[in-house]
Amino acid sequence: MATLDSRTISRMMMAPAVFLLLVWMLVPLTMTFYFSFKKFLPLRGGDLGWVGFENYIRFVTSSSFWPSVQATLAIVGGVLLITVFFAILLALLLDQPMWGQGIVRILVIAPFFVMPTVSALVWKNMFMDPVNGLFAHLWKFFGLAPFEWLSQASLLSVTMIVSWQWLPFATLILLTAIQSLDREQLEAAEIDGASTLARFYHIILPHLGQAITIVILIQTIFLLSIFAEIFVTTQGSFGTKTLTYLIFQRVLESQNVGLGSAGGVYAIILANIVAIFLMRIVGKNLDK
Amino acid sequence: MGHIVLEKVKKKFGDVTVIPPLDLEVEDGEFVVFVGPSGCGKSTLLRLIAGLEDVSSGVIRINGQDATSVPPAKRGLAMVFQSYALYPHMTVRKNISFPLRMAKMDKAEQERRVEQAAAVLNLTDYLDRRPGQLSGGQRQRVAIGRAIVREPAAFLFDEPLSNLDAALRVGMRLEISGLHKRLETTMIYVTHDQVEAMTMADKIVVLHDGKIEQVGSPLELYRAPCNLFVAGFIGSPKMNFIDGEKAEEFNAHTIGIRSEHLVPSPTEGLWKGQVGLSEHLGSDTFLHVHMEKHAEPITVRSGGEVDIHHGDTIYLTPDKGHIYRFDDHGLRVD
Repeated sequence: MATLDSRTISRMMMAPAVFLLLVWMLVPLTMTFYFSFKKFLPLRGGDLGWVGFENYIRFVTSSSFWPSVQATLAIVGGVLLITVFFAILLALLLDQPMWGQGIVRILVIAPFFVMPTVSALVWKNMFMDPVNGLFAHLWKFFGLAPFEWLSQASLLSVTMIVSWQWLPFATLILLTAIQSLDREQLEAAEIDGASTLARFYHIILPHLGQAITIVILIQTIFLLSIFAEIFVTTQGSFGTKTLTYLIFQRVLESQNVGLGSAGGVYAIILANIVAIFLMRIVGKNLDK
Repeated sequence: MGHIVLEKVKKKFGDVTVIPPLDLEVEDGEFVVFVGPSGCGKSTLLRLIAGLEDVSSGVIRINGQDATSVPPAKRGLAMVFQSYALYPHMTVRKNISFPLRMAKMDKAEQERRVEQAAAVLNLTDYLDRRPGQLSGGQRQRVAIGRAIVREPAAFLFDEPLSNLDAALRVGMRLEISGLHKRLETTMIYVTHDQVEAMTMADKIVVLHDGKIEQVGSPLELYRAPCNLFVAGFIGSPKMNFIDGEKAEEFNAHTIGIRSEHLVPSPTEGLWKGQVGLSEHLGSDTFLHVHMEKHAEPITVRSGGEVDIHHGDTIYLTPDKGHIYRFDDHGLRVD
C-alpha cells in the first residue's frame, strides 16, 4: 500500500511540471498549425480568414524554398564533418600527457561559452573584414588582395564560424570517451603488432563510435535551427538563407504570419526526415 | 625458442627505483613464475620484458639478440592481461585473428590457425560471439587464444586468473599447465598467489621490493628457503616464526617451523600452549595455538577429525629435521 500511495503522490507532485512542459510545447505548436491555415497579415488587415493549404503551396513554390533547404543541409553537413574530424584529432592530442593540461582543456572549451551572436560578430569584424580583419592583414602580408569572405565564400564562412563554436562540444565528448578506453587494450594491440595508425583504426575509432553518434545527433538538432550567426553576418544573402532564416523573413520582414507558420511546419518535417536518416545511419551504434 | 636473459636491468619511475639492477635467465621451454606481494615490481618486470616499459639501464636478450630497444611487436612475445584486454567490438574470431591480420598473414592460414586454437581451447562454438556475451573463463581462453595463434617465442601472463572465481581458477590453472606441456613454449607468469606459483612453475622467482629474493623450483623453495621472507611467503599456511628463548635453544635468532612439521599432543611435548581458533577443512584441521610470551599464535596442522577444542591445553613437538634457523639478518643458517 505504501508504495502505491507514494506512487500516486509522486505522480501528483510531478503533474504541474509535466503540465507546464506540455503547455510550453503544445501551445506554440498548435498556434503554428492554426496560423498556417490562415491569411494573417498583422500590418495589412490582420486576420483575413481561412485559406486552406494556400500558404503551404506558396511557401514551397517560392523560388527561395529549395535553395534554403540546400543551404540548411549544406551548413549542417559541413559543420558536422568539420567538427567531428577535428574533434577526433583534438581529443587524441589532448589525451596525451602534457604540461598545463588543465588550462589547455579549459581554453579548448572556451568558444562554447561565447554567445553565438558575439562570436559571429567577432569573426565578421575582427577576422573576415576585408579592410581591418586579421585575415585581410595576413593576405596583404603575402602580397595578395584581401579575400572578401562573407560575400565571396559566404556559405563556407558561416560554416567556419559555426564549426568553431561547436568544435569544443564535440572535442569534450570525444575526449571523455577516449579517456574511458582501457589502456590494456591499446597495449595488447601494440604487442599484437598493430601500428599507431592500425591501433587508431581498429581500437580507438570503434570505441569512439557511440560518442560520435551522440555528437552527431545532438549537433544536428541544434544546427538545423541556427539563426544568430546568419542574422549578424550575411543577413541571409549570398546563398546563406537557411530554412529558419527564410521563415524569419516571411514572418517579420514580409509580415506574413500565415506563410511563415506553414514554413515552420515544413521545418518540423525536414528535421524529422533528417532525424530518421541519421538514426538509420548512425543509430545502430547506440544499441551496443 | 624462447631464451630470455636480463642483465643488470634497472627501472626507475622519476626518482623512484622500482627495480634495482637485476639479473635473471629464463631457459627455453621453462615455466617461470614471478611471485611476490603486491607492489614488489613483478608486473613491471614483466612489462619490461614485453617492451611496454623501457628499461632505465641494462640489457634484455631474447634468443641471444639484444632486444632492449626493440618495439613490443617485434620481440615475438605474446601477453595475456589481467583484464584480458579483448577488443569488445570484434567477434571472438576477429579477436583471435587480430595479430595475424596485423601481420598480413594469408587468409587461409589465418583461418586454419584460428580454428586450431579454438579447438584447443574449446571455443569453436563461440567464434562468432562478442566478448561481452562470454563468461569470465571463456574470455580468459579467448585472450590465451589470441596469444597462441602468433606462435610466440614466449608467453607472458600478467595475473591472468585473479578475476576468476575460485573454482574456475583451479580449472584454468590446470589448463594453462596442460597448454605448457603441449606447446613446450617458454612461459612467464606473474602472480601474487603462492599456490599458483607452487602448482604451475618449473622455476619460481620470489620478488620483494623489486629485488630477487630467491630463484628455484617450487620444492627447493619449500625445502630450503634462503631467508625469512621466502620462508614466510612460500607454503600455506604461512610458516611459524619463533624468536627469543625458544630460538636460542637452537642457536638461532629466529626459528621457523611449518604447521605440518609440528606434532600436537594433549599430554606431552616440548612446548606448551592453549588452543585458540581452529579451522576445520575436512581433511585437515589447522589449530591456532597460543603460547606464553608469544603474541602470534602458532598454526599447527592436525588430522581432520581431531578431538581438541577451544581452550584445551596442548603440547607441541617440532620435527627436528624440519626446523629452519635464521640469523639476526633474517638469513637462514644451516
